[in-house]
Amino acid sequence: MLLFILRRLGVMVATMICLTFVVFYLVNLEPNLKKLALEQNNNRMTEEAVESWLLKEGYRRPILERYAEWIGSAAIGDFGHSTRFRKPVAEVLAPRIGYTGTLMFWVMVTMVPSALIIGVLAGMREGSKTDRSLSVVAIASTATPEYVSGILFTVLFASWLGVLKGVSKAGGIDFNNFALPVMTMAIYGMGYIARMTRASMAEVMTAQYIRTARLKGLSFRAQVLRHALRNALIAPFTVIMLQFPWLLTGVVIVEKLFNYKGFGWTLVEAADNNDIDLLLSCSLVSVVVVLLTQLISDIGYAYLNPRIRVN
Amino acid sequence: MEYIGFFEIWGTVISQFWPVWLSLAVILSVSYYFRHSLNLYGRLFDSSVGMIGLVIVLFWIMTAVFADWVSVFDPLEQLALLKRKGPGAIDAETGKALLFGADNLGRDLFSRMVHGSRFVLIIAPAATLFAFIVGITIGLPAGYYGGKIDAVMSFLANLVLAFPVILLFYLLVTPGIRETPIPMAMAGFFFIFPIIFFSVLFYSRYATRPGLLTIQLICVLLVGGWLYSGLVFNADPLRIITLEPNELNIFASVVFVNSPTVFRIVRGITMDIKTRDYVAAAQTRGENAWYIMLWEILPNARGPLIVDACLRIGYTTILLGTLGFFGLGLAPESPDWGSMINQTRAFIRIVPTIALPPTLALAIFVLGLNLLADGLREQSLKD
Repeated sequence: MLLFILRRLGVMVATMICLTFVVFYLVNLEPNLKKLALEQNNNRMTEEAVESWLLKEGYRRPILERYAEWIGSAAIGDFGHSTRFRKPVAEVLAPRIGYTGTLMFWVMVTMVPSALIIGVLAGMREGSKTDRSLSVVAIASTATPEYVSGILFTVLFASWLGVLKGVSKAGGIDFNNFALPVMTMAIYGMGYIARMTRASMAEVMTAQYIRTARLKGLSFRAQVLRHALRNALIAPFTVIMLQFPWLLTGVVIVEKLFNYKGFGWTLVEAADNNDIDLLLSCSLVSVVVVLLTQLISDIGYAYLNPRIRVN
Repeated sequence: MEYIGFFEIWGTVISQFWPVWLSLAVILSVSYYFRHSLNLYGRLFDSSVGMIGLVIVLFWIMTAVFADWVSVFDPLEQLALLKRKGPGAIDAETGKALLFGADNLGRDLFSRMVHGSRFVLIIAPAATLFAFIVGITIGLPAGYYGGKIDAVMSFLANLVLAFPVILLFYLLVTPGIRETPIPMAMAGFFFIFPIIFFSVLFYSRYATRPGLLTIQLICVLLVGGWLYSGLVFNADPLRIITLEPNELNIFASVVFVNSPTVFRIVRGITMDIKTRDYVAAAQTRGENAWYIMLWEILPNARGPLIVDACLRIGYTTILLGTLGFFGLGLAPESPDWGSMINQTRAFIRIVPTIALPPTLALAIFVLGLNLLADGLREQSLKD
């Protein structure tokens, strides 16, 4: 087990190095550097002025040398300086990650239980009316991306009913301005988890030991709650963990849509302004989130299901 | 400003779609009549969910085909007097109504929505097809041989999958990157796969019949080379296939994002199927490895792959919408749904209905694809 985790951590570091290098290479392409120079100074700079500014700021040194420098300082916790916000990257990013963490937390709190309930209700009687209608609901929710449902909800709740706010302020959240972003994100992810739970539940309900429970004369409630549920919830665990990377894209869309200034909003700002250090740190954060959740889902799966061995 | 009423709006909308209704009726009745000889597609008519999905998808395909007849105005025409008018506003000059209202530049939302289906229905299925060919060509050997090839390929696929899609698009689909050779290199790399795929496909089966093989290979190289020159270098001698540089960039990036997932699916299915008896039989006959992969394993993997293709076209539609939503890569006047959403969403407070046509169109199309996939899955499991 320990060896497995160590090997996975090794692969993780290799992935991080490869990915940050790709990002580093792409943000240092000639057109992007020019964009950065124009954004940092004034937009009517001459070619020579751009060139001399890039030379002065050290952007003309060999790319490998600069990448090695970045890695070296990132390894000891110095993530560089944000050119967009004119502050150290750590100072920009730390509070924003906190805001997005709050958003993610509430999304998970609403999404996971409702998805599991829908999935279990649909899967416990496969092919019934409840199953069919809940499955269509789940399919409909996976078919509406955040930028569609977000706008539909804003029109419905903010413009017509006037009960919720269509803009949300990071750091000062309450139910009125936070319900829409959470709802938007939760609904898109919910359908997928619900369908996976349904499939897993339907499979468990056909298992031999459920038949035994039924022949023993147990009530349907007891069959579902005491026998089926525990095994049926193993597979959705992996799915829920693997939802995090997916939520990351959702976060960017939702934060942009509701102007919630969290991690996703920062990523868009960094990319729009070619803020090299900030963008590198953003990609580092997202890659770590993706890989860590994968690792946790693998280990957790083996822990929950003793028939599986990791190696 | 004069408006037409609610019922008149929908009456006109329904009558505007007449070529679509007509072709839908013809296609559905013909397929229903021949449903017993149409395999999986025919059996779709037994599942109500699948039927609804099929009708929705066909509706949008036909809308894209007949977009010029269905739309009322030119999607790019700006009617200065009608900026941000609500549904049903009548254009004084022509006397025709803007069925769903106008956007912030006074363009007819209905016509833009109808024309927007073209962009999606060309790029999304084509990109999915390319992603499948790339994923299959790499996934089959990775799953079949395992070992080192598998480890390297899986690492590369996971590398791409670990990237948040949105960051990748922000890096790859920018105007700046079009000045560099990267989009062309990417397109050149991905679009070579279909040529390799079909050459190996025919070679592995007909190597013993050189006459037939030569004809097939010449066909593959001619058609492939023609498409390749048109897609990658925008130098199609017949001028049929042309892609704007920004479209090429989007196309290649979407293929790039989708192919690792297809790779993973194909690899998984291959690892499962290669333990079957008919594969062992082929191995005992001494068949070539590529023959086994392409002619024994691949046809038997078609069920899950067809279902996934449906879902993936829907996912690609969502991706294209995301690109438009962030204003990445597409021309500002382009009538695709994502850009429309992006341009109109700022005015929701003034005209609540302004963003609805593109959002609902996109949601309905993706829903149709998902229902179709569900129906196909249900029917293919009945074997």
